Amino acid sequence: MATRKTSDTGPAKGSNPAPKGSNIPAEELKHYYREMLLIRRFEEKAGQLYGMGLIGGFCHLYIGQEAVVVGLEAAAEEGDKRVTSYRDHGHMLACGMDPKGVMAELTGREGGYSKGKGGSMHMFSKEKHFYGGHGIVGAQVPIGAGLAFADKYLENGRVTFAYFGDGAANQGQVYETYNMAQLWELPVVFVIENNQYAMGTSVQRSTKSPSLWERGAAYGIKGEEVDGMDVLAVKEAGERAVGHCREGKGPYILEIKTYRYRGHSMSDPAKYRSREEVQKMRDERDPIEQIRQVLLSGQHATEDDLKAIDKEIKEIVNESAEFSKESPEPALEELWTDIYAKEAPQEA
Amino acid sequence: MATEILMPALSPTMEEGTLAKWLVKEGDTVSSGDILAEIETDKATMEFEAVDEGTVGKILIEEGTEGVKVNTPIAVLLEEGEDASAAESAGANKGDDAKAQVKEETKAKDTLPSDTPAAASPAAAAPKPPRTPDWPEGTETKTTTVREALRDAMAEEMRRADNVFLMGEEVGEYQGAYKISQGLLDEFGPKRVVDTPITEHGFTGIAVGAAFGGLRPIVEFMTFNFALQAMDQIINSAAKTLYMSGGQMGAPMVFRGPNGAAARVAAQHSQDFAAWFMQIPGLKVVMPYSAADAKGLLKSAIRDPNPVIFLENEILYGRSFEVPVLDDFTIPLGKARIAREGTDVTIVSFGIGMTYALEAAEKLAQDGIEAEVIDLRTIRPMDTDAIIESVKKTNRCVTVEEGWPQGSVGGYISNVLMQEAFDHLDAPVINCTGKDVPMPYAANLEKHALVTTDEVVEAVRKVTYK
Repeated sequence: MATRKTSDTGPAKGSNPAPKGSNIPAEELKHYYREMLLIRRFEEKAGQLYGMGLIGGFCHLYIGQEAVVVGLEAAAEEGDKRVTSYRDHGHMLACGMDPKGVMAELTGREGGYSKGKGGSMHMFSKEKHFYGGHGIVGAQVPIGAGLAFADKYLENGRVTFAYFGDGAANQGQVYETYNMAQLWELPVVFVIENNQYAMGTSVQRSTKSPSLWERGAAYGIKGEEVDGMDVLAVKEAGERAVGHCREGKGPYILEIKTYRYRGHSMSDPAKYRSREEVQKMRDERDPIEQIRQVLLSGQHATEDDLKAIDKEIKEIVNESAEFSKESPEPALEELWTDIYAKEAPQEA
Repeated sequence: MATEILMPALSPTMEEGTLAKWLVKEGDTVSSGDILAEIETDKATMEFEAVDEGTVGKILIEEGTEGVKVNTPIAVLLEEGEDASAAESAGANKGDDAKAQVKEETKAKDTLPSDTPAAASPAAAAPKPPRTPDWPEGTETKTTTVREALRDAMAEEMRRADNVFLMGEEVGEYQGAYKISQGLLDEFGPKRVVDTPITEHGFTGIAVGAAFGGLRPIVEFMTFNFALQAMDQIINSAAKTLYMSGGQMGAPMVFRGPNGAAARVAAQHSQDFAAWFMQIPGLKVVMPYSAADAKGLLKSAIRDPNPVIFLENEILYGRSFEVPVLDDFTIPLGKARIAREGTDVTIVSFGIGMTYALEAAEKLAQDGIEAEVIDLRTIRPMDTDAIIESVKKTNRCVTVEEGWPQGSVGGYISNVLMQEAFDHLDAPVINCTGKDVPMPYAANLEKHALVTTDEVVEAVRKVTYK
């Protein structure tokens, strides 16, 4: 069987009903909790700053999808690369970029990762191997394969995560890329973050395909569907995918079923789905609440431990917000810089 | 009745070829579909089939003859019952013509006046010497086609840096659709000469990602018409990332291939994109005319830390020019070249437009009008200083390009001159461009759709009031 499918209802396998996560060190579980909470609180703060007029333009929040990036980052090694779409704040925080630099980019300030010239959708970090932040739906997919092409060429053993949504999954260049990635056995994990809505169009209204990952079979690419509300399931699947790539077997597809709680962007009232649908997800499937329950029920942490984490995260986010307000706007000369490189921007 | 077998055109731009081998001899009977001969074009060796039945009466062009012009009679085919005397009479006159044509040297039609100072008109005033010569005086040169110069540039740069690689359709095993990458697969192997599926949008994006990841891709578009499929990756991903990342990362790479009208390939395959790409901050745009420029500029483009659009021309591929024999010959991007000095008018052009500009300058010189011809070479960044400096001397300017008139390169030059040299202009600038129509197929219409030398001459007369 070329592909496998994980259950939507959690990883309970076999007859042993051991509590979920019981075999995982407490520190690791707390790390997932902390990382997901950071994204959630950061995004809530970004929403507030948008409402205050401090963030402009398009701003796409990641709330609800936190387990996807946190789980996959847990499967990555130093030097692995990632590239994603415009809904990118979570990816940046998860790969270790400084929340201050991300928030200050959202407010268009000098202290932002792109000196205020990129904004929410266009941020990069060479240091953290984060290659954007792309505003054109689907364009990051061949770019991700290209990063993997470079890694294979340089024989450095690195893997690239190319994230895209269910909407991008209908772009032609995704399939052009599948074909070449498999042909050339590129070490790239194609991560379909299926949050079920491409802006306002549900998956059911955009394709007759029963699943998106299975389209990879047409190119001979292995893949699987993953419960994206369960960070532990995501990490496990991520390890399988990364292992496949690192062994030189070519690309791998993960279709991660997730859900965004907020609208497509700040200006989206989300009339295309019911309030009940969203509430049901929040109540029953929330990724942060799930890991919180694992921590508490498995006695990996106490309520007080988690409160301390909550407090720590709140401080980090508040600091980032303060920094993003205090950092000055870029100097006017910045308008005319970084259009052409004088030296090679990077060497192999 | 005896029929002549004519030298065939085996590609849209073929003007002559080598009759490599006869596969039939006099007296053989042939039927339609039989292979008569092998003919070498500048791109490939092709088999040439018989269309009619008959007996080969006389072979007019010996095998091994080079430079046989298209439509030259190469043999005579006899119908049943005819004898060799019919062949004699059929081949007699035209055969002589053919021999004369074959004897004609395959010299470069477009030898530049400044390359061969003796050719410069003695009537020309002696203004200050060209700004900087491209190579030291006395350097040995070698006659090279634009095609060979481009290949040599890539090979030299691939030898120089391991992270330079070539990617595109048919660049490897097929040796290049236009034979630009001839021999590269043999030397560098499939890791660095990557054949892609027909998938421009996808492989362009992959190349951009590879550039982000530390490689120096050369993307060959079989023609720039197909680059339209990849436009988003070129503009939104390659050109803008340096700016959007606050200078952290960019796409050092070259997009190259034939651009502009070829011959008789009609609307979807005949268009000049110089003006399109010229608009985009973050891109550099190069459009060489001579083989020396093709080589020196391509080497600079490959080394440049920015995305460079390198616009070649199919019709120029087979033309020969003098290229200096130097270990590492480069020409900086952004520097125009004064191809011919003159005092009465400045003609600005680039790429194949230089053909018309130089022909017009020759014709005008016969009437005592001395044109200064500037070859821009790089369209962005554009060496506007060179244009302004020249116009200050000549006070008149005509631009020449094959692209469309609205939003043309010439239109931009006019704008620059209005703002920077208005007081020096004695006449409005005229832009000679391709006509404002999709390229037609019919030969007569196609010729008319392109800019012509006569139009350039006429424009110069208009601005010089002569």
